[in-house]
Amino acid sequence: MKRTTLLATAALGLGMAFGGAASAQGMDKVKACFVYVGPIGDLGWTYQHHQGALEVVETYGDKVEIAFQENVPEGADAERVLTQMALSGCNIIFTTSFGYMDPTNTVAAKFPDIKFEHSTGYKREHPNVSTYNARFYEGRAIQGHIAGKMTKTNKIGYIGSFPIPEVVMGINSYYLHAKKVNPDVQLSVVWAFTWFDPAKEADAAKALIDQGVDVIAAHTDSTAPLAEAAKTNGAVIGFGQASDMADFKPSPRVSSIIDNWAPYYVKRVGQLLDGTYEQVDSWAGIPEGEVEIGEITDAVPAEVKAEAEAMRDAIEAGTYHPFTGPINKQDGSVWLADGDVASDGDLLGMTFFIEGITGDIPQ
Amino acid sequence: MFGGIDPALLIAALMVASVPIILAAIGELIVERAGVLNLGVEGMMIMGAVCGFIMAVQTGSAVMGFVGGALGGAALSLIFALLTQVLLANQVASGLALTLFGLGLSSLIGQNFVGIRPPATGAVPLGPLADIPFFGRVLFSHDWVVYFSIAVVAVTWWVLKATRMGLILRAVGESHDAAHALGYKVRKIRVLAIMFGGAMAGMGGAYVSLVRVPQWTDGITAGAGWIALAIVVFASWRPWRALVGAYLFGGITVLQLNLQAAGARIPVEYLSMSPYLITILVLVIMSSGKGKAALNAPASLGQNFHASR
Repeated sequence: MKRTTLLATAALGLGMAFGGAASAQGMDKVKACFVYVGPIGDLGWTYQHHQGALEVVETYGDKVEIAFQENVPEGADAERVLTQMALSGCNIIFTTSFGYMDPTNTVAAKFPDIKFEHSTGYKREHPNVSTYNARFYEGRAIQGHIAGKMTKTNKIGYIGSFPIPEVVMGINSYYLHAKKVNPDVQLSVVWAFTWFDPAKEADAAKALIDQGVDVIAAHTDSTAPLAEAAKTNGAVIGFGQASDMADFKPSPRVSSIIDNWAPYYVKRVGQLLDGTYEQVDSWAGIPEGEVEIGEITDAVPAEVKAEAEAMRDAIEAGTYHPFTGPINKQDGSVWLADGDVASDGDLLGMTFFIEGITGDIPQ
Repeated sequence: MFGGIDPALLIAALMVASVPIILAAIGELIVERAGVLNLGVEGMMIMGAVCGFIMAVQTGSAVMGFVGGALGGAALSLIFALLTQVLLANQVASGLALTLFGLGLSSLIGQNFVGIRPPATGAVPLGPLADIPFFGRVLFSHDWVVYFSIAVVAVTWWVLKATRMGLILRAVGESHDAAHALGYKVRKIRVLAIMFGGAMAGMGGAYVSLVRVPQWTDGITAGAGWIALAIVVFASWRPWRALVGAYLFGGITVLQLNLQAAGARIPVEYLSMSPYLITILVLVIMSSGKGKAALNAPASLGQNFHASR
């Protein structure tokens, strides 16, 4: 009798093991969770991620449930939040800021059955960790072109958040394309060391304006730099960052980079539902619609607008790569020879400024 | 011009950048002089920021916005007053709770006001004064709140130093038992001081959402309240020192950004930490020696009062 029970239990266990494997082919209901670095109301970075999350619900209706937490500090505290989410039944967790890279991988090791998706990072230490990013530098190229054409003082500015490759890449692309159309252009970079601190972002923009800068690009998450530019009555222009920031049309916001995460989120949750989910390293840009260029307003002369749109179309068609040689590094050494295009590996590890930018990247 | 930085623009910018901290610090200074430690400055500031913003948008008047900010901050401080003066709860815990509560509540109230632009607060037209070289830019081209913040410091100093009201307030803060024995209403005076502190913090918050970053987003004050708290201690509870401390902190914050923008060859890490570092250093030096900051702390600070006799 006892032996029979044992056998039955073993058989049941075996059956469950196979059954478990079978259910991995698809799920009836997915709980997707999102970790945000700022508030949804930032109208920038986090807002766009949340729009993507809402799109997932829109698409799959009852088959998905979402949960999210705002204002999660980068670093150790994120681990606590991630663990909590994992324990609360999330099937897939999207961590939407660079600083969550290590916490994501640490927690992923403890929950092998839960999928983790880290935005803008490069570490995939476990099979259940995927990374996804957008090619913001494609949008920066178009902004740089507009900046080079529009500046009257020949001084353009960039508010950087943290000195990480994603930001450095954007600065290089912005400067490269401004320089191409305006050889006299000078770039001032201010590091804010924050993703979201409206008062500090406004101060940084003001410092740039006081220095004579009249075109400001920002790689932080709020609309504060545009609000500061708006006080100058049209003397200073800027760009929407992460979100369209249409409230500041037609000036100071003359164009924008819109992060459209919705297609990616919808795709990944869909794959989890139908069982085709696999680990990926996704890096989509203008061609895939993940990076969108917001309307270029009438504050920009028609010919500049046409050139900028032509560049956008060329990137979309795949005929132009923003980092096409010859490009030298800041110290004058050759990075890309004539006609070479940058490899993705080079871009993702970019920790140097290109020739012509003054100042050092904080280490 | 020093290294490409125009000192007139720099001083003008630091005066504007310091306003929220000064207002909040002066409010807290009065609260602490009355013997109450309210760590909820950040919460009251952000409530002021959201209430001021909503009021300004609804009425179309920036001045009404500041009134709304003061009311919002004072209203939140009443919760603190109820907890600590009536229910005799621990002041440190209540203050921290007030900050967390204020951050959450402001986020809830502000939901429908994200992405709206408030009415502008322009510079006070001072006519020909604004055209004076250097001084015109530094002193005579600000909005009214900048002048108001300096006036508040002056009035606070005068009230504390030279009036009966200030004497009573200080007596309550130094020894609430003695003040009570003399017949002063300790609890009432403290509640009024807490409300003043709330109103000032609220106005400081409103300055952030209406002038410095003219918009509403969650968490917009981003820690300014904590800086204000630190400045009160380092200013050894003296109004003019609080002004100096706030200008110093605001000044170096603005300076480091300007140095970065001007391309100074100083590592950015040092520039970024410099506001905190230099403020601490200078104020430590200022409050050592004859000043003796530690002896300046109100003797009853942080102690609850219960009229048992």
